[in-house]
Amino acid sequence: MEATTADAHEHHHHHDHDEVDVNPAAWTDGKRYAWLLGILIPLAPFMAWGIDALTGVGAIWFIGPVLVFIAFPILDFAIGLDDTNPPDSVLKYLEQDRYYRWCTYVFIPIQYAGLVLACYLWSSGDLNTLESIGLALTMGVVGGIAINTAHELGHKRANSEKWLSRVALAQTGYGHFFIEHNRGHHVRVATPEDPASSRLGESFWAFLPRTVAGSLSSAWRIECARLDRLGKSHWTLRNDVLGAWAMTVVLFAALAIAFGPVVLPYLLVQAVIGFSLLEVVNYLEHYGLLRGKREDGRYERSLPEHSWNSNNVASNVLLYHLQRHSDHHANPTRRYQALRHVDEAPQLPTGYAGMIVLAWFPPLWRRVMDPRLLDHFEGDVSRANIQPRKRAKLLARYGSGAEAAA
Amino acid sequence: MSAWRCPGCGYLFDEAEGHPREGFPAGTTWNEVPDDWACPDCGVRDKVDFEPAGEDV
Repeated sequence: MEATTADAHEHHHHHDHDEVDVNPAAWTDGKRYAWLLGILIPLAPFMAWGIDALTGVGAIWFIGPVLVFIAFPILDFAIGLDDTNPPDSVLKYLEQDRYYRWCTYVFIPIQYAGLVLACYLWSSGDLNTLESIGLALTMGVVGGIAINTAHELGHKRANSEKWLSRVALAQTGYGHFFIEHNRGHHVRVATPEDPASSRLGESFWAFLPRTVAGSLSSAWRIECARLDRLGKSHWTLRNDVLGAWAMTVVLFAALAIAFGPVVLPYLLVQAVIGFSLLEVVNYLEHYGLLRGKREDGRYERSLPEHSWNSNNVASNVLLYHLQRHSDHHANPTRRYQALRHVDEAPQLPTGYAGMIVLAWFPPLWRRVMDPRLLDHFEGDVSRANIQPRKRAKLLARYGSGAEAAA
Repeated sequence: MSAWRCPGCGYLFDEAEGHPREGFPAGTTWNEVPDDWACPDCGVRDKVDFEPAGEDV
C-alpha cells in the first residue's frame, strides 16, 4: 500500500532548477551564514597547530574528537531545537542559490591542505608520539565529517559534484561509499537486506563489521552488474570502486614520497577512524526501523517513519541537515539547505553528535533507544527490524509468547 | 521511441538516448531495462514505478 503521508510531503522536482517563481525577499534563511561553520572541522589541524605554537599545550592535538564528541553534544543541549521549515514556495529559490553549494565545495581544499599539514607534522619530529596519535584522531574526525560532505555532493546530478564527492572520500579510502550509498542503501533502506540499516538488538560493535563488509560487497556487485551490461571487464579503472580506491592509493603514495613512509601508519589510523565515524552515523539513522511488505512482495516505499531525525541546531549545522533524514530519503537529490523537518518522523532524544557517543556504549544505547523504538511501533516489537540471532529473545521480552514461538 | 519518468525525482529515461553509462545504449527499449533497476538519480523508486512521459520526446 502506498501511504499518503509521504505523498503529502512530496514535492516533484524536475531537472530545471533555474525557474524561480517566488519573491525571495519574503523569507530569510536563519541558517544561511551558519553553514559556513561546516569548515570548522577541516580547520581543526590548523587551529591545533596555532594553539600549540602559542600555548605549548600538547593536548590540543586531540581537538577533532573533543569538538565532535564533547563540544557538539553540549552545544546541542545548550542551543536546542529548530523545527522551522522554509516555505514550499522558496524551496526552488533556495536550491538554485549557488552560495550554499560553495559552502560545501570550499570544505575540500581545506580538508586536503589540513592532510598535507598533518603529514608534514608527523614527519617533522616536532610532535611526540601521543601528540601524533592525537593528530591522527583529529584527521580521522576530519575524514569522517568529509564523508558527510561527500554524501551531500554525491547525491547531486552534476558530474562535477559527483567527482568532488569522490575526492572528499579519498582520504578515508571509502570511495565505494558513493556507489553503495546511492544505489544500494537508498534502495534497500530499513530492510534486513541493507548492510547500512542497523537492527534492534544489534550493538554498534556488531553492526560495524557487518556494514563495512556488506557495503563493500554491495558496491562491488552494483558496479559488476553495470559493467556486465556494458560488456566490460570488472578489473578496470572504469569500475568506480577500483577507480575510487586508486585515488586513495595515489594520494597516500604521494604523501609517503613527499614526507616519508613514517606518515603511512598515521594515514591508515585516520582512515579507519574516519570511516568508523561514518558507520556510527549510519548505525543511528535507521536503528530498528523496518519497511512493511506490500501484497506483491515488494517493500513499501521509504517513508518518513523509516529514518531517525533530529532538529538539534548544532549537529544540523555541522552535518548539513543530515539529521533531517526522512526528507533526505524521500528526496535524495534535494540540497541540504532545503531539507525539511517532517512531523511523522521519529525523533532522537538528542543530536547525532551525542547519539554517536551513546552508540559506543551498547547497554546505554539500548536503554535509551529500545523503549523509543517500541513506542514508535506502539508496543508491537514484531514491526521492528530485529537482529536474527536475538529475535526469539526480544520477542519473548517485548512481545507475546505466541509471537516468540512463531 | 518512448520515455519514462521517475515519479520521485523527475529523472527521465528516454529510449532515444538510453543511459549509456548504466549500460543502456541509445535505442534501448524500456522493456529491455531490468525490472529491478532503480532510478539512477534518487534510488527511491524502481523501474516498475516509472510513469510514461510520452512518445517521441
